Amino acid sequence: MITYITRRILISIPIIFLIVLVTFLLVQAMPGGPFDYVGIRVMPEHMRRIMEDRYGLNEPMSVQFFRYLGSLLQGDLGPMLKLRSQTVNDIVSETFPVSIQLGTMSLLVGFAIGIPAGILAALKHNTIIDYSATFIAVLGVSIPSLVLGPILIYVFGVWLGVLPIAFWGAEPPFILGFLPKPTMDFWTHAVLPVFSLGTGYSAGVARLTRAGLLEVLDSDYIRTARAKGLRERTVVAVHALKNSLIPVATIIGPMLAGAVTGAFITETIFALNGMGRRFVESITQREYFLQTSLVLIFGVLLIAGNLFVDILYAWLDPRIRYD
Amino acid sequence: MIAELELEKAQTETKGRSPAQDAFREFRRNKIAVGGTLFVLLVVIIALGAPIFAPYHFAEQNNLNNREKPMTGYIVTTDHLPDCHWANTPLEWGCTIFFAGSDSLGRDIWSRVVYGARVSLAVAVVASSVALGIGIVYGTISGFAGGAVDNVMMRIVDFLYAIPMLPIIILMTVYFKALSRAGVDTGVAGFLINLDRMAGGLLFVFIAMGALNWIGMARLARGQVLSYKQKEFIEAATALGATNSRIIFKHLLPNIIGPLLIAESMAIPGYIFFEAALSFIGLGVNPPTPSWGAMINEGYAGIRSNPHLVLVPGLALVFTTLAFNFMGDGLRDAFDPRMRGKN
Repeated sequence: MITYITRRILISIPIIFLIVLVTFLLVQAMPGGPFDYVGIRVMPEHMRRIMEDRYGLNEPMSVQFFRYLGSLLQGDLGPMLKLRSQTVNDIVSETFPVSIQLGTMSLLVGFAIGIPAGILAALKHNTIIDYSATFIAVLGVSIPSLVLGPILIYVFGVWLGVLPIAFWGAEPPFILGFLPKPTMDFWTHAVLPVFSLGTGYSAGVARLTRAGLLEVLDSDYIRTARAKGLRERTVVAVHALKNSLIPVATIIGPMLAGAVTGAFITETIFALNGMGRRFVESITQREYFLQTSLVLIFGVLLIAGNLFVDILYAWLDPRIRYD
Repeated sequence: MIAELELEKAQTETKGRSPAQDAFREFRRNKIAVGGTLFVLLVVIIALGAPIFAPYHFAEQNNLNNREKPMTGYIVTTDHLPDCHWANTPLEWGCTIFFAGSDSLGRDIWSRVVYGARVSLAVAVVASSVALGIGIVYGTISGFAGGAVDNVMMRIVDFLYAIPMLPIIILMTVYFKALSRAGVDTGVAGFLINLDRMAGGLLFVFIAMGALNWIGMARLARGQVLSYKQKEFIEAATALGATNSRIIFKHLLPNIIGPLLIAESMAIPGYIFFEAALSFIGLGVNPPTPSWGAMINEGYAGIRSNPHLVLVPGLALVFTTLAFNFMGDGLRDAFDPRMRGKN
């Protein structure tokens, strides 16, 4: 197992290198640059040359790329080109925790609602409970956060007026660099964004859990367990549940990555200072280093998520052996 | 239970129904799935006949009526009446009503939602065809060839799977949009940009979705090919001297196409969401072409005073994906023999 993990990590190094290379070239190839304008006025030619000189932007691309790689290895993600009072490290250290908190909480909501609902629906198969749970789940996967966010804002923020409709309730400095201070303010601000992102997850998880459990409950070893005279609760909780969660595990990896990269819609709607929104906003500003660094972080998260899922597989299904 | 099954089997054998007929009967019994399919058909009809179902063109502005609430009057001036699609028909009264209100530029929301259906459906059709086409070709070659070819092709897929496609595709879309704005119209980029303009800004959405989604389809197709390659009838065909292309086209593809089509139909809601998300951040359709995502983007900041600007396109999006989901679930249940007789 440990050799497997080591090998996977070693394989991912060239992948990350390629991701950085492609992004770096793509970002720099875009027409226009960060020093085209001062405010709304065109930056004078000689001033622009001074600025480009300062950040080494007029050197050959290969020199720039390897210098950037060198600084990455030292943990420096590069300078900001427009917002020059900060560095990319500053931006990441204030946006990464927000994205992680939002993503983790919505995943937890997804599993906390989805797994029990799926189990309930499978155990009460073909009853009104099953039908309504299935219907709600289909409804849940059919409402994107793009629509759910504004609806939640309208109902709970404007109409009922009970929850804040924008901003994240935690600010730097974060505990240990990524944990929020669990104040009341934090929880109330988190409710709407977390649910608008988590509802889709919970519906998807519920559907997979239900299908997985139904299939497992039909299998021979469950019949054997029942024939041994085990209580239904033991049959479901000890024998069936773990196996039925294997299909659920397949979507954790994409979900982990998606909760952070794909959250830019939710972050935009609720005006959260997360990585996704920063990424989308920085595109028009030609913040070369910020964009490349964020894609790099997304890539690392995705690879870590996939690795985590493979380890989870081996735990859920001991027949799976990695060598 | 077993006796029943035997009886059912016997009946099936005597009547000789094909699997497709079986599935169709099963599908028809599923009322929700049929309802979903009918709704999808309705959306298709509305999208195709948009000029008939929408009183105004999607870009038609009426500056006297900005941000009107739903079901309020359209102040028809003599300038506007000739532009109304329903002028001089029995429906002419419809020209004077904003069925779903108007947006901040005085454009009729109902008309924009109707035209927006075209974008969503075009994305659903093109993206799923692209993903299906590339996925089947790639997966079949990989699975059928086996050995080193299979190994290399699957390593490529694994590699693509480890890349954060979404941000890179966003960057590429921005790159082409920026070139387009800079007025580039030569070479490959220029060709793509002109094509994109013809497609109303959708070309890069199509490319993005094709690039994102063929990977899963290729894996699925390869798995299907591998499972059928071992079957006796393929062995028999090989023994009879059938050529590879005959085996692939006559024996493999007809068997694997069903599950792939179903998987693709279940992916359609995702495509519709993705287009809406890209249009929401301004990387989808070119204005003034309406897309439901772009309309939500125009309206969400003012949700306190004008919730209909978000709700109308939002509900259109939700109902359409809901219908596609019901249809996809129904298809899956109907074609999955394990589900048969359970409901």
